[in-house]
Amino acid sequence: MSGFYLPEGLPTPSSGPDGLSQPYWDGTREKKLRVQKCNGCGSWQWGPEWICHRCHAFDLSWQEIQGKGRIYSYQRPHHPVHTALNGHGPYIAVLVELPDYGNIRMVGNLLGDPLQTVTIGAAVEAVFEPHDNAKPPYTLVQWKIV
Amino acid sequence: MAERTLRGKTAIAGIGETIYYKHGQSPDSEFKLALQAIVKACADAGISPHEVDGFASYGNDRSDGPRLAAALGVKELKFSNMFWGGGGGGVCGAVGNASAAVATGMADCVVAFRSLAQGQYARYGRSGAAAAVMGDDAFLFPYGVMSPAQRFAMKITRFMTEHGIKQEALRGIAMACYHHAQKNPNAVMRGRELDEAKYDASRWIVEPFHHLYDCCQENDGAAAVVVVPAERAKDMKNKPAYVMACGQGGDHRSAAPVHNMPNYPSSHFGQLAPRLYAMAKMRPADMGIVQCYENFTGGVLMSLIEHGMVKPEEANEVLVKSNLIVEGGKMPLNTSGGNLAECYMHGLELVIEATRQIRGTAINQVKNNNAAIIMGGPMVTPVSSLILGSEATL
Repeated sequence: MSGFYLPEGLPTPSSGPDGLSQPYWDGTREKKLRVQKCNGCGSWQWGPEWICHRCHAFDLSWQEIQGKGRIYSYQRPHHPVHTALNGHGPYIAVLVELPDYGNIRMVGNLLGDPLQTVTIGAAVEAVFEPHDNAKPPYTLVQWKIV
Repeated sequence: MAERTLRGKTAIAGIGETIYYKHGQSPDSEFKLALQAIVKACADAGISPHEVDGFASYGNDRSDGPRLAAALGVKELKFSNMFWGGGGGGVCGAVGNASAAVATGMADCVVAFRSLAQGQYARYGRSGAAAAVMGDDAFLFPYGVMSPAQRFAMKITRFMTEHGIKQEALRGIAMACYHHAQKNPNAVMRGRELDEAKYDASRWIVEPFHHLYDCCQENDGAAAVVVVPAERAKDMKNKPAYVMACGQGGDHRSAAPVHNMPNYPSSHFGQLAPRLYAMAKMRPADMGIVQCYENFTGGVLMSLIEHGMVKPEEANEVLVKSNLIVEGGKMPLNTSGGNLAECYMHGLELVIEATRQIRGTAINQVKNNNAAIIMGGPMVTPVSSLILGSEATL
């Protein structure tokens, strides 16, 4: 067992040349979930952007949050669209809403049986999935039913 | 002050399509396909390609306007325009942009076109081989959310679950498109009728709601339309299909990163549709011809609802094949087969079919053919829609 939900060989995350999302990926390496919070108006914001869409402050901080949410929507892809998934079989992706943080949403996989019944509204919590041997190393955020 | 509108100011005077191929089967290069479609559209309009003075496209088309202008010997290029955004969200917007250029006098004869040979370049249904991904993709690809079907599936799951809409509504949409393709000699899926059993038995692409037959094809081909001033179109060889309205754009923050658009379970036409109808001075009930871009049947469902053609609570009842076909259907849909069964020409084949319907020259001709609505690229952002009309609607 690799300890990873999906096979190795899928594209790996990068914050890109502008570094906008670097604090998020640095946080997950430390098993901390961080998202943007506006220092101007106090709103939560996700995904990352340079400006607050509400008050237009450029002063956004990265706040650590509790990885607790509920399933907003889901899918179970069957057809492999990447060579790393050939022969793997179905898996589950979930869209998780975080009610404590302005209902921002995050995408991840739902751990456990890939054929399990998924219920919209079910409570989930974040699980860190480190890829220590990747170059550079990174850590994904997955979700499991509470 | 004069009313600011496109209504009735321009018309589609010529249409052209290449042979449509399964991906990888075109003997001609993508750029040559573009040239073929444009030359055909000009011939249909009864003009020389030398007279074209503008190009409008979308979906990051690789056949750029300046190269086309040089290849075709365009005398003077006055308009060269690309609609932002991937996928077919810009199909109606490209026609609208061409019309805007013509209506305002920036250009006189603009071709809106799309050329796409997925067999020669990347296929939309396969992920690229990039080792690292950035931006929005970094939060999606590592979780196996990569292809268009996967990017949009969770919108459809949420929408259909919220409204209690069943898989059978999507099956009705797919069956109607396949039905209309059977008489169309240029339809890639001609000869491949789709019945309930075949649909139900087809494999899952993404569960729930995306069987194989809910997904568009991947094709090679090109299509083009010629847009001219309405006054000129009246004296040309074909019955004009007047541009009555175009709407383009996205709902509030519909491009918010990592699936954070406020109105998530949506095809993103909610804010656009009212201004489309307002410009056309028409209502949903006026639309005898309905052409709706199928990337996925769930996108068609939400598009029809957001354009006021169907109410969510009626979708299970209304979206059955018998209601959606030309022979006796109340709302004939995608009458040449559409992206599912004619060709995934990024929806431009839908604009061409709407034009044929208004002319009265379609293979599956609708009787009530004064007004056509075309909805482009549901669930991507920006999206676009178009209303075309006959002279009776002016």
